[in-house]
Amino acid sequence: MTTETLTRSASLKARRLPIWVPWAAGAVSAVIAYLVIYVGGQLRGGVAMTVVAAAMLFVIILGAVSFSVEGSRAARNRVFATAIYMACALAALPLVYLVKTLIDNGLDRFDAEFFTHSMRDITPFDGGGGAYHAMIGTLEQAGIATLITVPLGVGCAIYIVEYGKGRLVKTVQFFVDVMTGIPSIVAGLFILAFWVVIVSPVFNNGRPGYSGFAAALALSVLMLPTVTRSSEEMLRLVPIALREGAYALGIPKWKTILKIVLPTAGAGIVTGIMLAVARAAGETAPVILVAGGTDSINRNPFHGNQESLAAFVYDQARLATKFGAPRAWSAALTLVLLVLVLTIAAKLLARRSTLR
Amino acid sequence: MSDPSFSGFAGIASTPATGPSRDDDATQLAATGGPAAGSPDTPPPPFGGGGALPRKRRWSLETWFRGLTTGAGMTVLIIIVAIGAFLIDEAVPALQANHVNFLTYKNWFPSDNPPMFGIAALAFGTVLTSVLALLMAVPVALSIALCLTHYAPRRVASVLGFAIDLLAAVPSIVYGLWGRDYLVTPISGLSAWLHAYFGWIPIFGSDGPYGKSILLGSIVLAIMVLPIVTALVREVFAQTPTMNEEAALALGATKWEMIRIAVLPHGRPGIIAAVILGLGRALGETIALALTLGSTFTISTDLLGNGGNTIAANIVHNFGEADTIGRGALIASGLVLFAITLVVNVVARAIIYRRREFRASAA
Amino acid sequence: MAKRIEANNISAYYGSFKAIDSISLTIEPKSVTALIGPSGCGKSTFLRSINRMHEVLPGAHVEGSLTIDGQNIYDRDVDVTAVRRMIGMVFQRPNPFPTMSIYDNVVAGLRLGGLRRKSALDDACEKALRSANLWNEVHTRLSRPGAGLSGGQQQRLCIARTIAVEPQVVLMDEPCSALDPISTLAIEDLITELKSEYTIVIVTHNMQQAARVSDRTAFFSIDKTGDPGRLIEFDDTTRIFTNPNEKKTEDYITGRFG
Repeated sequence: MTTETLTRSASLKARRLPIWVPWAAGAVSAVIAYLVIYVGGQLRGGVAMTVVAAAMLFVIILGAVSFSVEGSRAARNRVFATAIYMACALAALPLVYLVKTLIDNGLDRFDAEFFTHSMRDITPFDGGGGAYHAMIGTLEQAGIATLITVPLGVGCAIYIVEYGKGRLVKTVQFFVDVMTGIPSIVAGLFILAFWVVIVSPVFNNGRPGYSGFAAALALSVLMLPTVTRSSEEMLRLVPIALREGAYALGIPKWKTILKIVLPTAGAGIVTGIMLAVARAAGETAPVILVAGGTDSINRNPFHGNQESLAAFVYDQARLATKFGAPRAWSAALTLVLLVLVLTIAAKLLARRSTLR
Repeated sequence: MSDPSFSGFAGIASTPATGPSRDDDATQLAATGGPAAGSPDTPPPPFGGGGALPRKRRWSLETWFRGLTTGAGMTVLIIIVAIGAFLIDEAVPALQANHVNFLTYKNWFPSDNPPMFGIAALAFGTVLTSVLALLMAVPVALSIALCLTHYAPRRVASVLGFAIDLLAAVPSIVYGLWGRDYLVTPISGLSAWLHAYFGWIPIFGSDGPYGKSILLGSIVLAIMVLPIVTALVREVFAQTPTMNEEAALALGATKWEMIRIAVLPHGRPGIIAAVILGLGRALGETIALALTLGSTFTISTDLLGNGGNTIAANIVHNFGEADTIGRGALIASGLVLFAITLVVNVVARAIIYRRREFRASAA
Repeated sequence: MAKRIEANNISAYYGSFKAIDSISLTIEPKSVTALIGPSGCGKSTFLRSINRMHEVLPGAHVEGSLTIDGQNIYDRDVDVTAVRRMIGMVFQRPNPFPTMSIYDNVVAGLRLGGLRRKSALDDACEKALRSANLWNEVHTRLSRPGAGLSGGQQQRLCIARTIAVEPQVVLMDEPCSALDPISTLAIEDLITELKSEYTIVIVTHNMQQAARVSDRTAFFSIDKTGDPGRLIEFDDTTRIFTNPNEKKTEDYITGRFG
């Protein structure tokens, strides 16, 4: 019989901790931590140390009690569940702090003037001005970049997962991976050298043309690997059975992909896209390099310098006077809200039309 | 997470298949009887066509689509090759003018006469900060993803998911500013504490003053990478086949054991892909690190003291005043970053594909 | 080893929807009981309430009591995982863990229970695979992925996985519905063999299968869609299929509905 090391209990019961035990363990840990650390000053005292000590004590006490009463498997279950919840709480801390900072500082200039005016004729010694031109810039640049990247990236992912064979597809995968590590400024340098200096003079009477479009190109380079790679993984998660069912009905491959595979993977692909968009909207270096930056409103992304919210933050943050910082933070808050709204909208739309 | 509904088939399969315009793969067969279609008193051909199978068309929609997607793949390939070529073209003259070994020299003086610059310190800093950031971020990201998909009740999960999206939406420059101006004080406190109690470990050896440091930069970087890894891993975990989870539970597994044997193994390739993307972001992060690292040129494992520099941050700092050789030097450092990313990705792909056959999915 | 199951007024809910209403029956040890009835009448729900898998779904809960050899598994301080270790389940669609080899699949439950010694695991694996009539086909490739087998083999692998932990009861939820007739026959033979050691409860849509395999049969039905399922009749299989007491049973058996 193989039961020698299996714990085979005759009874199913009597090995559960009552519900109040975790609460009691928490209270005990908190009290001990408070007395020893906060009041007693051990380990340098302080609120942070007290909380950390309380948390660690809690895990240890609960784990020990659970182990002795419920057994090792149940104890491990409790400890991991607790650790997972604690990790979430840990992540919440910087988030809350960051958001608080963002809102506190950003609300200063969160006024009508900010949203309807540009920085035209505003000197560093003026308190007014706004980011209207930067908002247009960000929307247009990120928008164009998304329009370029999504078909290219998702199309490439489809190629890799559905059609690619042999060494060619491995090469493509490989280079996509390598591309994930491009620093944003290198992407900017590339577009500067390639598009602005070489290609754009063709359209611009022989003079290099800084434009929002150039920034969009640079942002595309940054977005492409993320969109491709994440789309690839989401496509791979779609079960084979789904595809085979469609083929067996005589549905051609391209239709299967467009109408069945893509919608099934839809929500995940949108997640990848929105992550890329979020990054692109927040990039400073490429925009400064190839869009030129300006104080005035420029609605044409294909001609003339353009500003973006991220570049605006950078410019304002570097102003020596005290008027720069509030504008910078307000622009930052605006950017975060913008991307957030777009992300949520995109996800809601995706979940509604995904086949699940 | 129920099985995907097949309701999508209904709309598609009902497109009538009319004779020769069907565009699926079919071989040509001789007609094997059946009524001649179209004559006045014969019944109409059956839904599936009847009679001979249509010939495969040369330029069907299928071929177009395949061509399009292959084209997308090739375009991406061309872009990356072009970038590589551009980088090499700009870098070579500078490398040739360099008077010291590019790979082992630590400092950065490309405008001196003779030019002397090397990426030793920069590459070290890049790898160190990225690895530290990932070490901090990945376990937390996995925990949050598990929490969202398996532990938290619905309401809490959507709030937490929203918070992650929020983190992803913050631009890098804001992270840099926030790190430099607001996070520096708590981290100084942390550094002092670490030095007081763990100072005997070399990485915590510095005794202040504490300001910009590798620790600060890595922590900011970790927070930036967190949403990327979390969001992607969450999608992967959510798609764990319910029947595997049930099989584990039916064997008497606890929740954690079920996660260990059903959710995590299924998610492994996805987790690795997410980590690669996070790592890519970390390696290439420019502005945030430029603001929170100390911009020194030393190779040291001292996490707490003033110092730290990465390839990307160095580019930002020096690009403004660089001359031709300076620019070439900076671009050459960008090439090294590519090489680092390359190595990491090769290793990661090897890990995923070592057990290819053990995946339940398509490719 | 096998145990007696006694259900007492078991009602199961999905949220506020009552799926089965006050089911009471007794299942003798070392017997095969078949649960039959039309679609949607709660047979699977009742089956899943025996090993407390029903409550895994969010919002689902069970009322009533169910005792295994006198112990009520729905008591407040009962450890759910212990219940599930004692009662194994084979699902409708074969679901071997795709990331594990055949060997790892079979011993998965044992490893969870803490068994580590390779020799003991090897013995258990061989014993389980032999009992499931799969040993001869796979013993040369135990390290191959579990998902690489045919449907019938996968289902037998799942059965091997279930009996490797030596449960008291084995529940089977339409185990052959995804399989071909030859594999089905193999599994039915297997059930007849396993009967000598385990209590088996099997849900099946196939009345002929119920007639072939089971000692006693329970017939479930619903009045109309949206009503909870009820136990109509529970008797020896030969009686149910030749001379049932209830008219509804007779209607179902003879194919007048369902």
